[in-house]
Amino acid sequence: MFGFSRAQSIAFIVMLVLIVVSPYVLYPVFLMRVLCAALFACAFNLMIGYVGLLSFGHAAFFGMGSYVAAWTMKVWHVDASIAILFGAATGAVLGFFLGYLAIRRSGIYFAMITLALAQMVYFFCLEAPFTGGEDGIQQVPRGHLFGFIDLTNDMTMYWVVAAVFIGGFLLVHRIIHSPFGQVLKGIRENEPRATSLGYRTDDYKLIAFVLSCMIAGAAGGTKALVFGIATLTDVHYSTSGEIVLTTLLGGLGTVFGPAMGALVVTSMENYLAQFGAWVTVTQGVIFMVCVLAFRRGIIGEIGAYLKISL
Amino acid sequence: MIMIFGIPGPLLFGQLLLGLINGAFYAMLSLGLAVIFGMLNIINFAHGALFMMGAFASWMLLNYCGIGYFPALILAPLLIGAFGIVLEKTVISRLYKLDHLYGLLLTFGLALVIEGLFRNAYGSSGLPYRIPEILTGAMNLGFMYMPIYRGWVVLAALVVCISTWAIIEKTSLGATLRAATENAPMVQAFGVNVPRLITLTYGGGVALAAFAGVLAAPIYSVNPNMGDNFINTVFAVVVIGGMGSIMGSIITGFGLGVIEGLTKVFYPQGSATVVFVVMVIVLLTRPRGLFGKAA
Repeated sequence: MFGFSRAQSIAFIVMLVLIVVSPYVLYPVFLMRVLCAALFACAFNLMIGYVGLLSFGHAAFFGMGSYVAAWTMKVWHVDASIAILFGAATGAVLGFFLGYLAIRRSGIYFAMITLALAQMVYFFCLEAPFTGGEDGIQQVPRGHLFGFIDLTNDMTMYWVVAAVFIGGFLLVHRIIHSPFGQVLKGIRENEPRATSLGYRTDDYKLIAFVLSCMIAGAAGGTKALVFGIATLTDVHYSTSGEIVLTTLLGGLGTVFGPAMGALVVTSMENYLAQFGAWVTVTQGVIFMVCVLAFRRGIIGEIGAYLKISL
Repeated sequence: MIMIFGIPGPLLFGQLLLGLINGAFYAMLSLGLAVIFGMLNIINFAHGALFMMGAFASWMLLNYCGIGYFPALILAPLLIGAFGIVLEKTVISRLYKLDHLYGLLLTFGLALVIEGLFRNAYGSSGLPYRIPEILTGAMNLGFMYMPIYRGWVVLAALVVCISTWAIIEKTSLGATLRAATENAPMVQAFGVNVPRLITLTYGGGVALAAFAGVLAAPIYSVNPNMGDNFINTVFAVVVIGGMGSIMGSIITGFGLGVIEGLTKVFYPQGSATVVFVVMVIVLLTRPRGLFGKAA
C-alpha cells in the first residue's frame, strides 16, 4: 500500500484508527495542535532523515506560512483551502531563496546558516507592518472550506486538519520512495559518489529543501487557521529548536517518528505549561538524554526491538 | 559641531563606539567558538548560555560574597571555565565519535537547561550591576565624549583577543594545540595527552565567553536571555569569517560590530539584519567564509 512495507502498513492503519477515534476521547483543539506539529515535523524529517541536512531555521517557513495564511484569511477573506495553499506557497518560495544560499555549505555550517537566515526572517516579521509586530495577526476567522463547509465547529475543523496531515504525510512518504528520494538517500550516504554518477546534487538538495519548506508552510497555515492567530513565536528560533527536538525524540529518519514525537512533545507542553520555565528545562534535558543515550528515538527503538523499519 | 556625511559627528562616533563594543563581544564569542570547533569539532551552542553565566557569576560574587568587579573579571572566567571542564568530561566527551551534529544538538539542550534554570531562579526582567567606581564618568576626546567604561570594554576585549591569538600562534602550547587540530592521533603518538588538551581547550573557550559575560554585566542588564540575543548573530559572524583563522574571527567580529553601528546611523531599520545581509553576500561570493580554508 503506497509503497509501505507490511509492518508500516499496520502502523499506518493504527495511526489512522487513532486519528479517527481520538477526537471522541480527547479535546479536539489539542489534537489539532498535535497534528499541525506532526506535519511540521514530517517536513523537517524529510531534510534531516533523508538528505542528512539539519535545518535549524524551519520556523521561518512554518511561521511565514502561518502569517500569510492568516493575512489572506483575514484581509482577502479567501477560502480556507486557498489560505492553506498560500501558506504552502509562501514556504516554498521562501525555501527556494534561503535554500539556494544554505545548500552551499553542509553539516554544521548548514545548520548555522539556516539558523541565521531564519533569524533574519524573524527580524523582518518584527518590523514588517503586515505581521502586526508584537501583537501578531489576531482573530483570524476560520471561514469556510470549498465555500460551503463551515469550519467554526471544532469537529469539522478537526477532520480538515486530519486530512491535511494525512495528505502531507503521504506526500512525504511518496517523495522518499520515488526515484528522486532514492537519489536523495544516495547523496546523504556519499555525495561525491552521487556527483560522479552524474547527479547534480545541489539541485536535488534544493528541490528537497523547497518541498520540505512547502509542507512546513502548509502546517503553519493550518495552525493559523485552527487557532485564529499568527505570532512571532511561530518564526522564533525556539520553534525551530522544538521541531528538532520533536523529530529527534520520535526518531530521525523514521516514517512514524515525527508524529510520535509531536504527540509526546505537545502533551508535555500542555501539562507543563503551568510550571513556566520548567518547560524549557525539561525540553533541554530530553534533548541531552536523546543525544546521549537514545539517538534512535521512540519509534526507532521500537523498530530496532521488533527488527522492523517503521 | 562637526558634520560628517550630513550626520552630526558625536552621533556618528557614538554609534561607532557602540558598534565597536558589540563587535568586541562578537569577537570574543566567535573566537571561543572557533577555538572549540578547531579542537572538538563541535559547535558549542551553549556558548551564549555560558556567556550569560559569566555575567551572573560576577553578579553573584558581588551580591553574595561582596567580591567586586576586578576580582570577578578573573574569578568568574575561572569558575565558569571549571564548569565547562566538568561538562566536557561528563557529557560532551561522549560524542566525539559521532556525527558533529549531535554535538550541536547536545549543547543546544544544555543551553535550554541552563537558561531555563536561571529564568526560574531569577526571572527574566534582569538584575542591575553597577559600573565600578574607577570606570565611571566620561572622557572628552575632543570630537566626542566617551563613557570610560565603554572604552575599557573595547580595550579589555582587544587585549584578551590578541593574547589568545598570541598564545595559539606564538607559544609552544599553541603549536601543540594547532598540531592536534590538524592531526590528533599523530600528536598523541608524540606523547601529548590529547584528551586533556581537548578538555582544557573547551575550558579555555568557555572562560573566554564568561570573561565577555563579566564585561557585559554593567552594560546590559544581567538576565537569562542576554546570551540568546547575541548567539544567533555570533553564528552569522562565524559563517562570515569562517572558522579557520583566529585573527580572522577577531577582525570579522570587530568589523561587523562597526558595520552594525554605522547602519544604525544611516539606516536604523536595517541595523538588526545587516549582519545577516553581509552573511548572504559572503555566501554568494565566497561560500567558505572570508578567512576560511577550502574544505
